[in-house]
Amino acid sequence: MSAMATTPFDSYSGSHHDHGHGHHAPVAGHEEGRPSDHEIMSRAMQELLEARGVVTAEEVRRRMEIFEEEFPYRGSRVVARAWIDAPFKRRLLKDGKAACAEMGIDLEATRLIAVENTPEVHNLIVCTLCSCYPRELLGSPPTWYKSDNYRARVVFEPRSVLKEFGTVLPDHVTVRVHDSNADMRYVVVPMRPKRTESWSEERLAEILTRDTLVGVTMPKVPRKV
Amino acid sequence: MSRARRARERTAHPSTYTPAPGHRFNVGDRVTIKRAFPPGHRRTPYYIRGKEGVIERICGAFPNPEELAYGFEGEPAKVLYRVRFQQRHVWPDYQGPARDIIEMEIFEHWLAPVAGRAKSARTTQSG
Repeated sequence: MSAMATTPFDSYSGSHHDHGHGHHAPVAGHEEGRPSDHEIMSRAMQELLEARGVVTAEEVRRRMEIFEEEFPYRGSRVVARAWIDAPFKRRLLKDGKAACAEMGIDLEATRLIAVENTPEVHNLIVCTLCSCYPRELLGSPPTWYKSDNYRARVVFEPRSVLKEFGTVLPDHVTVRVHDSNADMRYVVVPMRPKRTESWSEERLAEILTRDTLVGVTMPKVPRKV
Repeated sequence: MSRARRARERTAHPSTYTPAPGHRFNVGDRVTIKRAFPPGHRRTPYYIRGKEGVIERICGAFPNPEELAYGFEGEPAKVLYRVRFQQRHVWPDYQGPARDIIEMEIFEHWLAPVAGRAKSARTTQSG
């Protein structure tokens, strides 16, 4: 479900004035300062759930682990598969969640729409209301994705924002912005670059970086060394 | 459909979409987003209220977030659409080319019909 109102990243926006020590939360891993109110609330909630046998600390730890170790690589794998397997790409564009399930990727509650870049259309993803993001496919969203700056500007000056990411699009290309404001989540299927015809699926996945799957950059073939 | 049954179906046949029985609008229909400012948790961005667009796809029926946000069940489920807008219509001083578009998800009760069908419901996009 999409959380609105106050979210954990509210704490990025300042309030690091207090450098008092000795209040480090055991799990949050703060480098400095006191834990935020949200961290204290989250910690208290976890302790209550553990005390009542709803979750174990190990389950929470495991969840955090796959969030960091597995989720961020799923999107690249899925799109690399789409690049080498045209029927799979068609299925992915038709029903993102079903196609991921074919690859053994359970997106849980996430409903995925894959949108394809072509020579005529460039897709770009944002959530103007909060920071909706296909976390089960791409991991946690980057800080810039959650910033007011990106969220506010990308809907009305997408080409300027893209330029700041180094992506300049000619006027004959339609910029198609997707505001993921409700139940759907989005991933971009970028165009496969030239000179990758002989590449393996694994190698293709390496150039499918997070930013290419959000649509702010395009996959690049590294220059020969 | 009960929430438990929805959850079972999700596991058996994972899909992005759900059925939308009795949906009022079809792909290609022109619609206006209601220009209303009720308090509460709304998933209809302010900047799109009062704007006209075209139905791009039907996503299905989903629990109403305006109820879910306050701890209710979100029943009855509401049909969710993706609506496509011309950027120059949404932002009168939009600097980019006229071809640029923006799309978002809007629940049926925020939509009002506009007479006539759009010339082309789809762009070059397959999805």
